[in-house]
Amino acid sequence: MGELVHLADNLRGLFYIAWKDLRAYYFKPPNISWGIMFPFAFVLAFAIRNPGDVRALVPGLLGLTVLFGTSSMEAIVIVFERRIGSLERLLLAPVSLPALLAGKMLGGMAFGLAVTSVVLVISLVVFGIHAVNWALFFPALLLAALAFSALGAFLSVAVKEVFEAQTLANFIRFPMIFLGGVFVPVAEMPPALQVVARALPLTYAVDALRVALSGGPLSAGFLDLAALAGFAILFFSLAVRYLARTLD
Amino acid sequence: MQNAIEVEGLTKVYNRGERGVEPVLAVDHIDFQVRQGEIFGFLGPNGAGKTTTIRMLTGLTRPTEGSARILGYDLSGDVTQIKKRTGVVPEASNLYDELTAFENLVFSMQLYGVPRRDRKARAETLLEQFRLGGKRDTAFARLSRGMKRALTITAALAHDPPLVFLDEPTTGLDVMSARNLRQMIAGMREAGVTVFLTTHYLEEAERLCDRIAMLVNGRIVALDTVDRLKSGAQEKTIVEVTMVDSNGCVETERFLTDDGVEAAVYLALEQSGGRRVLAVNTLRPSLEDVFVKLTGLSAEVMLAEKAGKGKGNG
Repeated sequence: MGELVHLADNLRGLFYIAWKDLRAYYFKPPNISWGIMFPFAFVLAFAIRNPGDVRALVPGLLGLTVLFGTSSMEAIVIVFERRIGSLERLLLAPVSLPALLAGKMLGGMAFGLAVTSVVLVISLVVFGIHAVNWALFFPALLLAALAFSALGAFLSVAVKEVFEAQTLANFIRFPMIFLGGVFVPVAEMPPALQVVARALPLTYAVDALRVALSGGPLSAGFLDLAALAGFAILFFSLAVRYLARTLD
Repeated sequence: MQNAIEVEGLTKVYNRGERGVEPVLAVDHIDFQVRQGEIFGFLGPNGAGKTTTIRMLTGLTRPTEGSARILGYDLSGDVTQIKKRTGVVPEASNLYDELTAFENLVFSMQLYGVPRRDRKARAETLLEQFRLGGKRDTAFARLSRGMKRALTITAALAHDPPLVFLDEPTTGLDVMSARNLRQMIAGMREAGVTVFLTTHYLEEAERLCDRIAMLVNGRIVALDTVDRLKSGAQEKTIVEVTMVDSNGCVETERFLTDDGVEAAVYLALEQSGGRRVLAVNTLRPSLEDVFVKLTGLSAEVMLAEKAGKGKGNG
């Protein structure tokens, strides 16, 4: 019974932390416009340089949107709140450390998925993509958002200053843009870079989205989904452990 | 009556087992009890261990040794139950800049599980009670320093906790804001809330607290009611006598004896030299005198340390 009460406390805390973050930080016009424009700008730049089948870039475009949408603000929010002491309010509440971080991740995920939905609708309309395997697409998008928000949480607890969070996040995300199969399929990369690409969560997100957007079967994306779930568990565990250690 | 807090051998060592870093003994085997419904003062200079003690008792950091029971719950067992029943006001006002006063209170209630149907009415009542009703829809960032502090204290009371920890609540406030906050704190006692208060201001502690513990270098050097602490510090009886001579010249002199008030008055009269005695006052030591005697520090030094370091880490 006690465990159930704790579970209810944690779920309630998790939800309200996410809701508060969305209202206080995420849903501001500059964040929304930047979240949508930034991936389009990247893809447009690549398409101008290499005109061809622009539709092939849509999985990468969605992967980039969910990556930046979920992790950008989240990495900053946790460091910022820690800096001004607001995170302490959450730590003092009857909410466990994993639930607190999960709440922070849920905020990032909700924002990332909302922005990605806009980009998805625009892409479907503009590029006329029809044969989508939604049964693979939605789990892929959700797991990608989960893995990237867990990455954001881990980055944010590993640093002390907001500028450090931004620098570290960009240090990790920008190589992913070029090595994660967004613009160049991983199979066409040199063998050494393929090894690096296989260690990046964006690679699996883009791969699963590519299979789903081309109407491929769920089984073809299963490995990607498993890898994304693995990354999510890894980053989340590291974030919880690191935050617990810094509190002591 | 059950104690709100029972602490036994509580100890905190920072940097323990870390390579190349000296361990720091922040709190050193302290024992004390806080009775239900009292205002318990925790006094000490910077680095004495006050904030570390609060952090341990509120579940923010784990004790290295020792045990504590808060409102009947074991600190090492069920921190969640303790957190549900305590309110904490940290040294810095740390509500959310982007949310209004009302939204901040509602968010606090959401976190602590106050039923949805009660939240709005309770937030409105608290805002009125603490004279913040006019700032209901003002963003926290736009409130004055005193109002931010008052709202931070109000937020700690949002879920109606029976125990509140206040860490340096009036530091950095102007005279009026500090006075208002002291009234708020006194009001908590009237409402039956147990208050654990750390402060640098000895006068504030003297005015508000039922009992006071003095902490120096992580150890409690004194713990008692304000009156008993003062009595214990008084080694000699001091009597201040105001006298007037035949020319109408008024003078005030102090007389000290080891034999009580009557002896001091007798001594004063004996040494009056024919002057007429206008008034006799027995002087009692202030809490500051007690503090200086027990810690070897002056109150000015303590306040200067505080001002110099900005944020206390005690």
